[in-house]
Amino acid sequence: MGYPHPPHPKETVVLSQYFGDPEARTYEGWKKRGGYTALEQALSMAPGEIIEIVKESGLRGRGGAGFPTGLKWSFMPKEKTKPHYLCCNADESEPGTFKDREIMRWTPHALIEGCAIAQYAIQAEVTYIYIRGEFTEPLAIMQQALEEAYRHGILGKDAMGKKGLRLDMYIHRGAGAYICGEETALMNSIEGRRGNPRIKPPFPAAYGVFGMPTTINNVETLAAVPHIINRGAAWYKSLSLSSPKSTGTKLFSVCGHVRKPGNYEVTMGFPLGELIYDLCGGMREGRKLKACIPGGSSVPILNREETESCLLDYEGCIEKGTMLGSGGVIVFDDSADMVYQIMRLARFYAHESCAQCTQCREGTAWTVRILQRILAGEGEMKDLDLLLELAEQMTGKTICVLSDSCAAPVVSGIKKFRDEFEAYIKGARRPVTALA
Amino acid sequence: MSAAPEKAAYEPVFTGDRLKELEAIMARYPTKRAALLPALWMVQQARGWISEEAMVEVAEILDLTPAYVKGVVTFYTMYHQHPVGKHFIQVCTTTPCNLCGAEDVLAAFLKHTGCEELGATSPDGKYTVVEVECLGACGFATAVLIGDDFLENVTAEKVPEILKRYQ
Repeated sequence: MGYPHPPHPKETVVLSQYFGDPEARTYEGWKKRGGYTALEQALSMAPGEIIEIVKESGLRGRGGAGFPTGLKWSFMPKEKTKPHYLCCNADESEPGTFKDREIMRWTPHALIEGCAIAQYAIQAEVTYIYIRGEFTEPLAIMQQALEEAYRHGILGKDAMGKKGLRLDMYIHRGAGAYICGEETALMNSIEGRRGNPRIKPPFPAAYGVFGMPTTINNVETLAAVPHIINRGAAWYKSLSLSSPKSTGTKLFSVCGHVRKPGNYEVTMGFPLGELIYDLCGGMREGRKLKACIPGGSSVPILNREETESCLLDYEGCIEKGTMLGSGGVIVFDDSADMVYQIMRLARFYAHESCAQCTQCREGTAWTVRILQRILAGEGEMKDLDLLLELAEQMTGKTICVLSDSCAAPVVSGIKKFRDEFEAYIKGARRPVTALA
Repeated sequence: MSAAPEKAAYEPVFTGDRLKELEAIMARYPTKRAALLPALWMVQQARGWISEEAMVEVAEILDLTPAYVKGVVTFYTMYHQHPVGKHFIQVCTTTPCNLCGAEDVLAAFLKHTGCEELGATSPDGKYTVVEVECLGACGFATAVLIGDDFLENVTAEKVPEILKRYQ
């Protein structure tokens, strides 16, 4: 199988095994492929045992922060005095990332099973799956799969035939706001509020959605859980090519200037250069690699040398001064105008700022104006210092990291592609005006 | 002075089956407020956009103030605060799509729909074209959403052919 390409021999296909197989979408099809056996097994264990297995596996959050999943689950109160909630973050909006979309599109029951196991482990009565509003197809497929799961007794009253066990799961549709992928903004959005991130602490395990103890995990993280239960923590831990702190497989969404864009599943520690040149078929005819953003648009840009020597795990990316993030790999060849594309990224953040914090609301918009001035041929050399100073004021000073995320490509862009900025300022490049 | 023409009376969205559906949604959450986003989606599905009268109606059902509801409507970009064309076209132009020619795709949609301007509706009322930030399908650039149809790998050349399907 595989979608849109059959798997490359170098891929380690776990989560993406049934991508492109429409039969795997249905309850019957999923059962035939071994579906819901992990949930069956999990329900025969004590919740604490499941948390220990997930801890032992080394699974870390696939949404961007890379926080150890089992540890996060263990923060939930052991003695239950109020309702507990699980939120599944399916608000995938980080430019460059499109993996959760494919998980929901092809294997919706894998996500439901992962949610159900997590829900039981943290003793939550309800899971809210927060799906971004633009994902019309994943929304419809997930809705249908949930209806099937209720109909077949996987969910609802006496779930999985276990007397007294109730598992409820609902979809909450977003309505167009990148910031709702931030965990506390997402909770506000479920509560029917504007998607403003909350000040932390208190953290979700103490005060989450509706003020109750809550765990929030990314789609890919939850979809990995059934495999860990079925095949064991040791197996998952063995999937590691470099750092022992990064285990398992990871879906990398590759886009931009490569011959074969798409999702590729590899073992943690896989070389980024091999991903681009072998799996994705390399650059287009006559083009050379110029730059790469390896973890979604919020992480620093790598130049060619850094890209070709970067190992794809949490530690390998940090070593190159960037982050693994969500695994959204954006590839730029030598035809790309880095100044224009960095302006375009900054514009994304300016548009998506929730506008609570001054540094972000003003800083993102100001960054765009300076970059547009440079592109229009009206920039001065001191504008580059101004951009860097502004970026410093936007980093580590706000409620959430949207502002930092806008600063990251600007700072790394000026550092690594300064000649392109200077060419506009010196009049060596024809000025361009943005479409809007 | 002649009297102003009488405004058509507002017809509530939430009656009959739709009200029942909303009540079923409300049961999924511990608070009434949490049903706000789903309620607004239902209004938009029924009417094509969310008028101030509809905001008042939703506010009354969920025990909120109309100002609060408006605050939420204006936060989320997918809720329309005014009527839009029969086919609402959203073209992603964020970096990954941008690298693959998204701005040409956007220009082609503006040209072939007769909208001419971003956010404007074509004179025949059929189309509204907007530029949106990342649609989350970067490997299938350019990503375009027409109504509820998610289109992948759109190029400027394909636009006239695509529009034939949306008349």
